[in-house]
Amino acid sequence: MTLLSSSRAALRSVLLRNQTTNLLINLTLREVRSQYKRTALGRIWSLVNPLANIATFSVIFGLLFGGKVDPGSKSGITSFALFIACGIIPWGFISNGVIAGMGALAGNSGLLTKVYFPRHVLVTSTVLSLATTFLTELAMLIAVMGVAGGPRVILYIPVLLVVVLINVFFVLGLGLVLSVLVVYFRDIQHIWTLFNQIWFYASGIVFPIATIRTAQDHLAQIGWGWVPLLGVFEANPAHQFISAYRRLLFDFDLPSPGTWGGMLLAAVISMAVGVLVYRRFQARIVEEV
Amino acid sequence: MGDYLAVEVSNVSKSFRIYSEQNKSLKATVLRRNRGRFEEFWALKDVSLNVRQGTTFGLLGNNGSGKSTLLKCIARILEPNQGAITRHGRMAAMLEVGSGFHPELSGRENIYLNSAILGMTRSEIERKFDSIVDFAGEAVARSIDQPVKNYSSGMYVRLGFSVSIHVEPDILLVDEVLAVGDMSFQEKCMDKFAELKRDGRTVIVVSHGLEQMRTFCDDAAWLDSGRIVGVGPVNDVINNYFEDEHHARPARGGGMRFGSGEVLIDWFELIPPDGREPSVLRSGEPLTIRMHYTAKERIEDPSFIVSIEQIEGQTMWAQHTKEADFLPADIVPGPGSIDVVIPRLALRPGTFHVSGSVHSRDGGVLDALARSVKFNVIDGAIREAGGIVALGSHWENLEPPRQMRTVAELEVENEAVRLERVRVHEESNAALDHRS
Repeated sequence: MTLLSSSRAALRSVLLRNQTTNLLINLTLREVRSQYKRTALGRIWSLVNPLANIATFSVIFGLLFGGKVDPGSKSGITSFALFIACGIIPWGFISNGVIAGMGALAGNSGLLTKVYFPRHVLVTSTVLSLATTFLTELAMLIAVMGVAGGPRVILYIPVLLVVVLINVFFVLGLGLVLSVLVVYFRDIQHIWTLFNQIWFYASGIVFPIATIRTAQDHLAQIGWGWVPLLGVFEANPAHQFISAYRRLLFDFDLPSPGTWGGMLLAAVISMAVGVLVYRRFQARIVEEV
Repeated sequence: MGDYLAVEVSNVSKSFRIYSEQNKSLKATVLRRNRGRFEEFWALKDVSLNVRQGTTFGLLGNNGSGKSTLLKCIARILEPNQGAITRHGRMAAMLEVGSGFHPELSGRENIYLNSAILGMTRSEIERKFDSIVDFAGEAVARSIDQPVKNYSSGMYVRLGFSVSIHVEPDILLVDEVLAVGDMSFQEKCMDKFAELKRDGRTVIVVSHGLEQMRTFCDDAAWLDSGRIVGVGPVNDVINNYFEDEHHARPARGGGMRFGSGEVLIDWFELIPPDGREPSVLRSGEPLTIRMHYTAKERIEDPSFIVSIEQIEGQTMWAQHTKEADFLPADIVPGPGSIDVVIPRLALRPGTFHVSGSVHSRDGGVLDALARSVKFNVIDGAIREAGGIVALGSHWENLEPPRQMRTVAELEVENEAVRLERVRVHEESNAALDHRS
């Protein structure tokens, strides 16, 4: 009897998990499919945006400011535009993922107040749908890098996928925390847009870290050495992720153990806080949304 | 064995914060050091009820009584502050059909999405897909690959309803969504609900339509200001609710009375054609109902309603002086009466109540006296096989025509057959006796 009821309970929980997984897949597909529906270029839009960014930043920082980058250690690539590309595409995922995840609960109040389902699914599916877009962008990027630096880049794809996985967890955790906060304080979305601008430049996407080192040395010379310019960069999880992507895609090399540690720590902390905040507040989300 | 319970609600309380001024912004919160002033509002207070498996359970009450909050708590959309709700079996809520639809996606994609939101697995959706489209109707089937933003509101609702009902949950929660679509679709919905019920599934419904609830539900709970006022068989609960709503009070001589009281209905006199004892009437014979009233003041342009209800509460018939174009300019203070003449009492045997009311020119209830007189109908001039109404029907035109017989002939013949059987039986017994 107890065996029967416990096996029934197990079956139920499997079924429930099955349902949640199915819901997750369907919501992710909904996001992916509806993203560029009824637009003239369709999915091509998801590539136009990063391409435009790459072009703009290459012209400004490469051409106008004379940005230079050390050749990729094992690839020998010297193109500043490709250096930007390897940073801006992952950054696009981090930044869009956090912003979209943040609005996932507040933006779906209609659904939240009418049907019960695990609420985190909304945030998770949003982040996952952007991860799908990110993967297609990465595939294009790998092709381009392969043409520029040789087919060796293919060897790094498995490692790249691991980095993407860790990155997804980092974005998801952050998205969860912020999505709950946004339900309570709507203006966080505006504050975050502002913060996102600063975060972009503090992640070293449009210039190499060497530029920062030079600047830090310069600060030390004029007696402002206490300004932790380099420290900010090192402590910035986004910078850790970007440097991992660059190591793999631009240098055709493995990220340093420090970068691995930084990424893992960021993902674990982000997820832990995310789950904690979500658990604590999920029951009241519907009332506040 | 006893009854299996589908849902157990025990001592559930739920409060909301009603903000007099709410800070939805971090800036204001930091500046004022709080999130705004609020009052704790208890939408549910210590609510306990059991819903038996396989029954349809209604929640009724005025706006703000907490019935929708209770439904949402049962649906797990809201979490109670205190108490516990146990649900036995799979549950689906139909609080707003089609709420998960994405306008840019096609009907097909939305079926998959919405079904997943309602907790179906992929294989289940695939199995039920055709049935879902079929139920939603031809118009939806034709544009199943169109984005749903191009659907008419009727199609939208039909598709949403179809998805919800195909979840085939053990417990279905419904919030005022029965009034969707056209008549034929509503009929289909009612059939589907009946099917759910036949399959032993449980339905919990919030509705304002009392008559609909009466026919639809087995049990009901009546909530007022977040508390359970009454729970039990649907007719009892609805009657109590109705009487309370209208501030009805027991009338002298039976029944319930409500109204502003400028006129009082004294009693209803039933006048059968032949001056018989009026508590027993015959099906198909004429009947006059005389409503005796006393007016306390002169009433201009009054109107009268008399109705007959089945003992369970279903209204069988009602007549309004306005419908009949019988409109007195006024009635004067003092006693009076008005007759409504029924040429043929088209009711099958059963027990019925008479109710009536007097209204002012603008329709306000001056007095209403409900269920004060009871009468029985027995077989009379009209004899029909079953049901509630006696329509005075007859049979004819058998094709091809055959010789017709009478019941009397048949009975004579049956008697002969019986006697013959008895005789044969006796004979064989006698033969056996003889042999032994």
